[in-house]
Amino acid sequence: MDLLDYFKIKKSTSASLAKERLQILVAHERTSRNQPSYLPQLQIELLEVIRKYINVDLDAISVNFEQDDNQETLELNIVLPDYQPK
Amino acid sequence: MARIIVVTSGKGGVGKTTTSAAIAMGLAKKGHKTAVIDFDVGLRNLDLIMGCERRVIYDFINVINGEASLNQALIRDKNCNQLYILPASQTRDKDALSQEGVGKVLEDLSKDFQYIICDSPAGIEKGAQLAMYYADDAFVVTNPEVSSVRDSDRMLGILSSKSRRAETNQEPIKEYLLLTRYSPERVKLKEMLSVDDVQEILSLHLLGVIPESKSVLNASNSGLPVILDEKSDAGQAYMDVVARYLGEECPHRFIDEKKGLFGKLFGSR
Ligand SMILES: Nc1ncnc2c1ncn2[C@@H]1O[C@H](COP(=O)(O)OP(=O)(O)OP(=O)(O)O)[C@@H](O)[C@H]1O
Ligand SMILES: [Mg+2]
Repeated sequence: MDLLDYFKIKKSTSASLAKERLQILVAHERTSRNQPSYLPQLQIELLEVIRKYINVDLDAISVNFEQDDNQETLELNIVLPDYQPK
Repeated sequence: MARIIVVTSGKGGVGKTTTSAAIAMGLAKKGHKTAVIDFDVGLRNLDLIMGCERRVIYDFINVINGEASLNQALIRDKNCNQLYILPASQTRDKDALSQEGVGKVLEDLSKDFQYIICDSPAGIEKGAQLAMYYADDAFVVTNPEVSSVRDSDRMLGILSSKSRRAETNQEPIKEYLLLTRYSPERVKLKEMLSVDDVQEILSLHLLGVIPESKSVLNASNSGLPVILDEKSDAGQAYMDVVARYLGEECPHRFIDEKKGLFGKLFGSR
């Protein structure tokens, strides 16, 4: 297969690239817009507590807030280190 | 009771002041008594665009502080006697604006005017928030460019949460999209986001598309709102915007490329 053809398929116009990037970004920013303002602080404090017991990375926690018509969910995700030799 | 319109964007330099001057003049020309307020305290420019910079004596902050009356500070436009300008202070900063102060001035103006246009400063700080706080309608000025669209979306979030209407659970601010500095030629070459692209992302009611136009600089050079340049594309586009805002049916004229001579001769208009 011609290498050039390969790039042609992938190549999108400058405007469509802009649109794609914007759609993703705006969607992301809209969901975080309704999040309570205590979320970042909560994340920091949770991390402190967990790091007292487990040696996790600084970015090992993600806190997700979701809201629909009848409920709000706070989702907490902690990635533990690969293995812990005791 | 006046209708309060904020012209806002988040991002700077997209055409808020150009738009404020144009639509204020457009509404006044249609016979509606209109005031246009410069909220860009410290960086006033509306006076220059309206061509009244040499007649500024008192400003918005003087009125808020009770150092001058509204009547002393309002400047009557030299081209249209239904139009008044309230300039921003050049020496103070945005902290001189207070929510109560702004509210009081708008309330006083409301007794006498039909439309009040608030020319917002860029950003999302105090000045911009106060410009939109009391608004009934918002004209979100956006350029077909990634950072402008993103900032507009951010502004929409603020409009729907931090305005008087939001805080008192009234009907939300009516939001309209004004796409400015649009180049149909570049859109055709797929170099620039199209009206449809921007609308798909922001999903706003499209009030109008203002083409990128030399007439805007010419107008600002001479201190005449571009809407007075009735032969120019941007001037006509702003006239359409005003007509549409007032509820007139008005097809969009400047979304497609300019017709060449052939198109003009055989076009359908
Ligand atoms: N449709 C247009 N075509 C060409 N130039 C334009 C157009 N609209 C605005 N401009 C130019 O863009 C520049 C910024 O315009 P303007 O001052 O209205 O923006 P603004 O949003 O009020 O800026 P700021 O955020 O600093 O208050 C000016 O030089 C103006 O002449
Ligand atoms: Mg401005």
